[in-house]
Amino acid sequence: MGRLNRDTYVALFLLIACGVFFWATLQVEDMGYGTMGSEVWPQLILAVLFALTLGYLFQSLRKQQEQPLFEGGVKGFLGRYRNALWCYALFFLFLVTLPWLGMLLGGILFVFMALTVLGERTPRAVGIHALIAVGSITAMWAIFTFGLRVILPQGEVFSVL
Amino acid sequence: MLENLLAAFAAVFDITTLGFMLVGVTAGLIAGAIPGFTITMAVVLTLPFTFGMPAEQGLAVMLAVFVGGLSGGLMSGMLTGIPGTPSSVATTFDGFPMARKGRPGLALGIGVWSSFFGGLISAVLLVALAPQLARLGLEFGPWDYFALVMFALTITASLAGDNMLKGLIAGALGLLAATIGEDDINGVARLNFGLDSLKQGFAFLPVLIGLFAFSQLLSDVEDPNRAKKALMTGATKAVKVEHRRAIGEVFTRWRNLVQSALIGLFTGILPGAGGSISNILAYDQAKKTSKTPEKFGTGVPDGIVASEAANNATAGGALIMMMALGIPGDIVTAIMLGALLIHDVVPSPSFIGDEPVLAYGIFVAFFLAHFMMIGMQAFCLRIFVLVTKVPMYTLAAVILAYCAIGVFALHNIVFDIWTLFWFGVIGYTMRVLGFPLAPMILGVVLGNIAEVNLSRALAISSDVTLFFTRPWSLFFVTIALFSAVFPWYQKHRGQQRWTLVFIPVLCMAVSPPLFMMEGITRPVIGGLLLVLGGYLLWRRWQGGWKLDAPIEHPTPVKET
Repeated sequence: MGRLNRDTYVALFLLIACGVFFWATLQVEDMGYGTMGSEVWPQLILAVLFALTLGYLFQSLRKQQEQPLFEGGVKGFLGRYRNALWCYALFFLFLVTLPWLGMLLGGILFVFMALTVLGERTPRAVGIHALIAVGSITAMWAIFTFGLRVILPQGEVFSVL
Repeated sequence: MLENLLAAFAAVFDITTLGFMLVGVTAGLIAGAIPGFTITMAVVLTLPFTFGMPAEQGLAVMLAVFVGGLSGGLMSGMLTGIPGTPSSVATTFDGFPMARKGRPGLALGIGVWSSFFGGLISAVLLVALAPQLARLGLEFGPWDYFALVMFALTITASLAGDNMLKGLIAGALGLLAATIGEDDINGVARLNFGLDSLKQGFAFLPVLIGLFAFSQLLSDVEDPNRAKKALMTGATKAVKVEHRRAIGEVFTRWRNLVQSALIGLFTGILPGAGGSISNILAYDQAKKTSKTPEKFGTGVPDGIVASEAANNATAGGALIMMMALGIPGDIVTAIMLGALLIHDVVPSPSFIGDEPVLAYGIFVAFFLAHFMMIGMQAFCLRIFVLVTKVPMYTLAAVILAYCAIGVFALHNIVFDIWTLFWFGVIGYTMRVLGFPLAPMILGVVLGNIAEVNLSRALAISSDVTLFFTRPWSLFFVTIALFSAVFPWYQKHRGQQRWTLVFIPVLCMAVSPPLFMMEGITRPVIGGLLLVLGGYLLWRRWQGGWKLDAPIEHPTPVKET
């Protein structure tokens, strides 16, 4: 048997997800009122999703060409999606540090790091990135804070300062 | 009615609203002109600014961005040959050759004025048709509504690309995502896996912004080399638009203009079908009906008129569906529906009656946005030339941060930014794996509507055959089934014999539910469709069931 197709992996993942979600619907509390219980609609969707995914699985198994899960293995995957993975990692970091750094400082750092990771890293470019980060986030922060009166997370660092 | 219209005028012609609309049209025109920066993205990014505005004002601004975006795509298409949005792909076929022949000002003028008149035609029809369709919508019971949602999802999946199974799976995933958290009927938390933060479910807009904007931005910077380059390479310079000459050219092609606007409008009414389909359909039709089809693609005005009139008219069609039935015609109107929900306005057949000022405000703003678009085009052309020098990665990084701030502003909770993040991951993964996002977004939007109506239907009667015996429900189920087969029909048309009976059988199949409806008009339409189906079958039989030469048909679609 040759290597499994990428679609086959996706279909298998979806089938497992269907099972997990279906199990979760069995935990839904029955209030004993209403004609349709709260679990019925998700179960109906999951049944349809399961049937569609089975079709998708058979379709992927029938495919002649091999399409591995990651072109070029893990190294190829990391190379191709490097920028996207960096953005996710930086955004994740921004979210985790948000309670401490706040929206202004955290936002500036996120934009600066994202620009530097995605763009050129010459001293001039890094300087421009810093200017863009400070300018854009400060402007947005000011619009939302003073213009739209939204209280953005201040951050512990800022409150200490 | 006059009272409501005056109140709507007062709301839209307020100096603040006009100012915001002007900014919105400008932003839309520029966003539409930037390749890779879709209209949906522009409308999504406008959303956070509208949270604090009154509903009339917020909707007016979003409409301004929408109309601006639909018209902006032609600038880059004509000047560089790269369409700014999928809605202006066909504009490039003749706009770019005309510009290269030394008439860029005329090409732009024809595009701008065709957009304007196409938009106005659809605005007039929006005002005329939306209340009528809403009146029809009042006949809908929960069975019919449920069937309508299923039809909307099926047709969106069928139009969403080569692999319909993936489209349907995406739609089901959207419905599933909408079920997480407390349900609207019993108030019971479900599928939260014991997490308190999931008990309330996901807010609608962070999900949409994550699925669409976040994933789109990451796709735009996926290629490290392309991300570092300016948005457009090559010399792009602003040109003077030849307005007077262009108006004359458009008016002499009034038949093409009206035909294309109607194609755009009816494509917009179909759930999930947006400007990316209508511009190609209208171009195709204009070419077929032209006396000189061989000249299409060489820089003829007819090609520009067809594409631009159709894509702007699509907005009117999508708004008709949203306002009359509460079903979004495309992703942009799905987002607008979300914006209305934030203001506690739920579009439904009674929307125009219940919220007349808001409804008329939408009509007025849609008209006005087209006039603003004409006024701002020349100015935006200059800004567009400047913006094209910015590299994509700069825009992406700044907009990602802006998305976080904007999403937080919705409910002032950090959980919404986490929702944005996780749905950004899901959206990007789905893009990479070839799953269309439009059905998933529609699934998220329509999930609650479907569940509430299914529950109501079963509460009234446990007889499930009502889904197939009530006229409207049967009508939607029938066209949903045919729309499910449509991708195969499109693929095998001209190659396999069964495709010869597809359209005639469709006509005959939709006639029984029409016969079952009240009044005279609809049964008469049903009768005509039956006759048409029979006639088409007879003609195919007369022709010896001969297959036509395969026709190249557009199988779009990227989100607009």
